[in-house]
Amino acid sequence: MRKALMVASLFLIIPASLAAAQSSAPAGDDRIARVEQQASEAKSSADNAWMLVSSALVLMMTGPGLALFYGGLVRKKNVLATMIQSFAMMALVTVLWALIEYSLAFAAGTSFIGGLEHVFLRDVGGHPDADYAATIPQSTFMIYQLMFAIITPALITGAFAERMKFSAMALFTTLWSLLVYAPMAHMVWGKGGLLNASLAGRFPTLDFAGGTVVHITSGVSALVCALYLGRRIGYPQEAMPPHSVVLSFIGACLLWVGWFGFNAGSALGASSLATSAFIATHFAAATAAIGWGGAEWVRNGKPSALGAISGAVAGLVAITPAAGFVGPMAALVIGLIAGVGCYWMVAKVKARFGYDDSLDAFGVHGAGGTMGALLTGIFASSLVNPIFKDAHGNVLASGVLEGNRHQIVNQLMGVLIAWLLAIVGTLIILKLVDLLVGLRVSDEHEVQGLDLTQHGEEGYYWEASVSQF
Amino acid sequence: MTKLEAVIQTSRLDAVKDALHEIGIEGMTVIEVRGHGRQKGHTEFYRGREYTVDLLPKLKIEMVIGDSLVERAVQAIATAARTGRIGDGKIFLSRIDDAIRIRNDERGEAAL
Repeated sequence: MRKALMVASLFLIIPASLAAAQSSAPAGDDRIARVEQQASEAKSSADNAWMLVSSALVLMMTGPGLALFYGGLVRKKNVLATMIQSFAMMALVTVLWALIEYSLAFAAGTSFIGGLEHVFLRDVGGHPDADYAATIPQSTFMIYQLMFAIITPALITGAFAERMKFSAMALFTTLWSLLVYAPMAHMVWGKGGLLNASLAGRFPTLDFAGGTVVHITSGVSALVCALYLGRRIGYPQEAMPPHSVVLSFIGACLLWVGWFGFNAGSALGASSLATSAFIATHFAAATAAIGWGGAEWVRNGKPSALGAISGAVAGLVAITPAAGFVGPMAALVIGLIAGVGCYWMVAKVKARFGYDDSLDAFGVHGAGGTMGALLTGIFASSLVNPIFKDAHGNVLASGVLEGNRHQIVNQLMGVLIAWLLAIVGTLIILKLVDLLVGLRVSDEHEVQGLDLTQHGEEGYYWEASVSQF
Repeated sequence: MTKLEAVIQTSRLDAVKDALHEIGIEGMTVIEVRGHGRQKGHTEFYRGREYTVDLLPKLKIEMVIGDSLVERAVQAIATAARTGRIGDGKIFLSRIDDAIRIRNDERGEAAL
């Protein structure tokens, strides 16, 4: 009897528990799916938070960072005209970006330029574009990339400072954004781009945050501008010392801080790679400041404030392509090379050739960007960022020091294309703008200063000698 | 009446002012000027470019005083402005024909 009861209860229990097992399977899957979704939403929130902060940091590099850095380096009569050139990019490029430039840079298209899929920001919303950044809204990616498109032409303004018409500057930077920046950004970072390293480009060039796209294009275009426009009146016989190294000092420190958004933000998420890029960025700025300041100390007997901050900027430029690919020790080396190298470019090479790159946009960004792009190919480490993989997903060597000697060729291709595009594009645009509105202000206006003649105001108004009408 | 013009080191202004107050001189005009005498300038470096700065910032004190005060004023300024190094400056004296106080048309030493 007892046995029979047990058997009976077994029969009762087993089907019941089987049934329970059957019904709990979907419930468990649901829970796992829910947890997974919550985890991915949490990651998205964290990544998005960091990317919005990074976007703001990169904008801060242009205004006030670059505006102050450049503004302090010019003569008193041109301080506002120089600052407004950076600020103008914040307004002008934003509109271009919204209308068409984002699409030309990042929509799918040819190897050289994006298509028109995202004109007027069509289909750029809360959904991620997984090819670029799978965890943040594409709209965040769009606004982040905009800040890069703003600072790049602003960097060029250092080369033609103190002598270019405002109208010519506005027209030049508009055309330059569409004809040089957008194609270069597409080639290096865009879907199907010729040089894209993570999306199977023909020549995978390692450029983490814009060594080629931002610094080589702007720096080399700057040199072309300086040569095309010619020297400022009185250069080099007349003394043209910076009117306020203090302003430049504040600007450079803001650039240093903003660069964390530029480089660590280029991880496109709040990941450990972002931390790695953050550290590399900081370390390179430090050794570059020491490098430039030290070179001056040896040659002139004194380390200068302007030298130290210029060095820091040069180091930040050089580490830009490398930030997410190299470890901290390589970053120290890259910074030191860039600090000493850019000092030599600015102090020796510029004097030797006699071109008037007023604020050393080429000496710092062109030269520093080129050094950085090549050094990235040497020091890139697959331990920091396993970017190259074979068909089975095994990690391959990144840089020359790891045994991937071919990478230096890819880096050279990237550098070469950036130089070529910048030279040819800038020459054509300058010619066109010269024909349409004329590039230089009149000699009389140049002597008077651009603040007064281009904008009808003065940066420093200490005497109340104005009559009101 | 005598006009006294003294070009001095910028750092000596307070000492000179105190010394002049002590001998009873109350009015003066101070102008920021640049210049050099026998003093050589210095060099500055900006991004590898060398600049020679030969016009150095100085202060110029101008005042018109009664003749009886002139020697004491000169002594006060010379003592207070002296550091003993090259670049301490100079004092110039010249005759003044008349002075007019704009507020009430007083003339001569009364206007000082």
